[in-house]
Amino acid sequence: MPEVRITVDGDLVTDEVEARLLLVHFLRSNANKLGTVVGCDTSSCGACTVLLNGRSVKSCSILAVQADGNSVTTIQGLAGEEWHPVQEAFKECHGLQCGYCTPGMVMSTVDLLSENPNPTEEEIRDGLHGNLCRCTGYHNIVKSVQHAAELMKGGSK
Amino acid sequence: MTAVADNPAAVGRPIRRKEDTRLLTGRTQWTDNIEIPGMFHMAILRSPMGHAKIKSLDVSGALKYPGVHHAYGAEELGALNGSIPCVWAVTDDMVAPDFPVLAKGEVRHVGDCVAVVLADSAYEAADALEGIVVEYEPLPAVINMEDALKPGSPLVHSDKGTNKCYTYVMQPQGDGAYAASAAQADVVVKRRFINQRLIPSFMEPRAALASPMGISDELTLWTSTQIPHVLRVLLTLVTGIPENKLRVIAPDVGGGFGGKLQCYREEVLVTALANKLGRPVKWTETRSEDMVATHHGRDQIQDIEIAATKDGKLLGLKVELIANMGAYLQIITPGIPLLGMFMYPGIYKIDSYDFTCHGVFTNTTPTDAYRGAGRPESTYAIERIMDELADELGMDPMELRKKNWIKHEQFPFTTVAGLTYDSGNYEAATDKAMGLFGYEALRKEQEERRKSGNPVQLGIGISTFTEMCGLAPSRTLGALKYVAGGWEHCTIRVLPTGKVELVTGTSPHGQGHETAWSQIASDIIGVPVEDIEVIHGDTRTSPYGMDTYGSRSLAVGGQAIMRASEKLVERARVIAAHQLEVSASDLEYSGGVFRVKGDPSKEQSIQGVAFEAFTAHNLPDDVEPTLQAESTVDPQDFSYPHGTHLCAIEVDTQTGKSKIRSYVCVDDIGVQINPMIVEGQVHGGLAQGIAQAMYEGAVYDSDGQLLTASFVDYLIPSAADLPSFTTDSTITPSTSNPLGVKGVGEAGAIASTPAVINAIVDALRPLGVNDVPMPASPMAVWRTIQAAGGAK
Repeated sequence: MPEVRITVDGDLVTDEVEARLLLVHFLRSNANKLGTVVGCDTSSCGACTVLLNGRSVKSCSILAVQADGNSVTTIQGLAGEEWHPVQEAFKECHGLQCGYCTPGMVMSTVDLLSENPNPTEEEIRDGLHGNLCRCTGYHNIVKSVQHAAELMKGGSK
Repeated sequence: MTAVADNPAAVGRPIRRKEDTRLLTGRTQWTDNIEIPGMFHMAILRSPMGHAKIKSLDVSGALKYPGVHHAYGAEELGALNGSIPCVWAVTDDMVAPDFPVLAKGEVRHVGDCVAVVLADSAYEAADALEGIVVEYEPLPAVINMEDALKPGSPLVHSDKGTNKCYTYVMQPQGDGAYAASAAQADVVVKRRFINQRLIPSFMEPRAALASPMGISDELTLWTSTQIPHVLRVLLTLVTGIPENKLRVIAPDVGGGFGGKLQCYREEVLVTALANKLGRPVKWTETRSEDMVATHHGRDQIQDIEIAATKDGKLLGLKVELIANMGAYLQIITPGIPLLGMFMYPGIYKIDSYDFTCHGVFTNTTPTDAYRGAGRPESTYAIERIMDELADELGMDPMELRKKNWIKHEQFPFTTVAGLTYDSGNYEAATDKAMGLFGYEALRKEQEERRKSGNPVQLGIGISTFTEMCGLAPSRTLGALKYVAGGWEHCTIRVLPTGKVELVTGTSPHGQGHETAWSQIASDIIGVPVEDIEVIHGDTRTSPYGMDTYGSRSLAVGGQAIMRASEKLVERARVIAAHQLEVSASDLEYSGGVFRVKGDPSKEQSIQGVAFEAFTAHNLPDDVEPTLQAESTVDPQDFSYPHGTHLCAIEVDTQTGKSKIRSYVCVDDIGVQINPMIVEGQVHGGLAQGIAQAMYEGAVYDSDGQLLTASFVDYLIPSAADLPSFTTDSTITPSTSNPLGVKGVGEAGAIASTPAVINAIVDALRPLGVNDVPMPASPMAVWRTIQAAGGAK
């Protein structure tokens, strides 16, 4: 079996894996990052979204071997001493209910705001169309992203 | 009410949720996150066919795969192959077919369970399904409900001799009353509406893990469920494991919407197999499994007719339903249409009502509760036909509603269906909504677009809904032949160091109970919200409960919290009085501190009382140690939230594409504990109701293949498919419970579907359109326009 070396939330995780192992299963089983979850099997829902070298990817659509030598950030690696502004904003604006889509939604938002720090509502809705939420109707997710953009613009974090 | 009103520190505030800390940092305990050393992973072989005889089944091949330990078909499972119970026999002669955990000799829907494999890993278990050999002999399938009722139809259960599950009739004014109303009427409008099948599609796929390694031979089941308490009872009945040896835990649960209000075959399988083998057994579904194996919702053919005078007074309402049960009865499958039965009259005063429902079996996934459970279907039918009647009479649809709705001064009001609505103010909610919406200006714009022949037409849709929630008075459930009660429980205790444990029988899965329940108790006990830990979802730590569904948790569970908190304060008062050497009646209580009337320097905090109750060194003679109280509340009656929903939609008559321009709703859900959570519940409900109107629909082909069996084919709206909403509220306290609360979980999903469809039909009425099928996709709308003669 091939050996992979993947930096996950700053720590190097080395393991022998089946070539067919999905990155999301590597994160959950080999790297013990249970914060990243699986919501579907057609790359539709985005619950498993993580950052791969800083850009959002659906970790169910990538093999662990494809991530060999790269760096992954999950929801569990996002906060430093303090929460990331996107986490703060989702709490403040009630951008989550059951919370299952939240890790993916937050990671997609981080990527969206790094690409476009000042998105319009339409750009937010379009930018998150690969992440499904069944609880919030997206209304407060949009508000959360707008609030996060403000927090990040403020340069406080 | 008094205790809350006296000290409104927490109730009514949009306090940010306690739950969010773990949910936003990935420290959540989903069932699939739980690993136990030595556990087997279970995979399930499911029927690829809608209806077939199993000529032979050989599971032995699976055992040759690496990592595989056991494989079972119905024969190998033997006596462990229990049957899933249905707890709601709606009529004495209801046909209730056997529903074995693994199919015996015949599969009846795509996704029916055929065999299971247990292996060291989930990948190995899935691989080994390839080693199972099944020889199927296809049988004719029946998918269409009306076909299923015809003589000579293929039978889903040949031993039953019929596809009809039951016929239920309710004629509160007697047989012939509706006919008399119709005879006096100037206008009778009849319509057939199709309330299509939906798939709940909670984001967390179901998972279950049973471990026999608990203390004292206890078997623990962690499962992604809404109903750990009810499930334990059912699992005992199915598996024979004594109830006191079975612990059911609902850890963090990622949504439910009724879809996790169930006793699923997979839950029985992991429980029975873990018990048999003495090893933990875990199963996590794939989304593709979820689409065919989690129960579906809705799926009714609704024939409805309404009789009125020429000036718009409603006289009679007649409803005849055909409701799709699917291939088997799940726990409350047959009762779902009857929850709707009471609500067809909506908010209106009508003289006579006649209801009939035929439950029918087809070769499809079983149906059961999905957000609203019967009430979205009824609300859709009545709110749609009110618009059709308005059109027939040449009246403004809002004027027709105003003419017939129950006036606020007429509450409590007993409806034609026999329910007594406790409170409401339809005028106030409507006035507020109309103002926010700008109704008159939109009507003017609509007129202009019609005159100018604009290819993009504007439609305005109205839905003035009510629902019954707060399930339910136990006696009422008994009268409806439902097997369980509808009470709820709370135990509350102050620990020696002053922190509070609030044990609830509700079982949240996204509703924020940990926060909201703390708010209720905080105001009564006088301790900070953050000092209260809400314990739920575990039959060991919260042993009594009826769980979470039907917008019941606050309306019923909230009462138990309130009463238990009040009892706790009264217990503490006796101890404090003893400590302060005064009589209990000489003490005032506020902010968590007892003070002697007239001598406020003498005081004792609730935390101080708790410590005294713990040491028990100096308690009154007749007071037992520890400071705790409990309450189990059976609700007196339902509560009836209502609201006015208004939708403006632009419909491109050349492409059929519809776009919501604005959506305004004003809901009255009584007293609000946490308005932020309330608003979130409304948003989510709106999204699901709009999704039924415009996007979602489960589609089977004639062989019983589910054509919408993945998130690629079943269109759950994304952020890009939905608008922002304008939500507001009026507050008419419920009089059926002391908190004055109603329910909000289902309101948005119930109200929004007819608002959207009424808007699309309104846009297209000049083209001769008087209905559009759901989901009103661009293709469906375009075809409707073509059938009516095309865009003008």
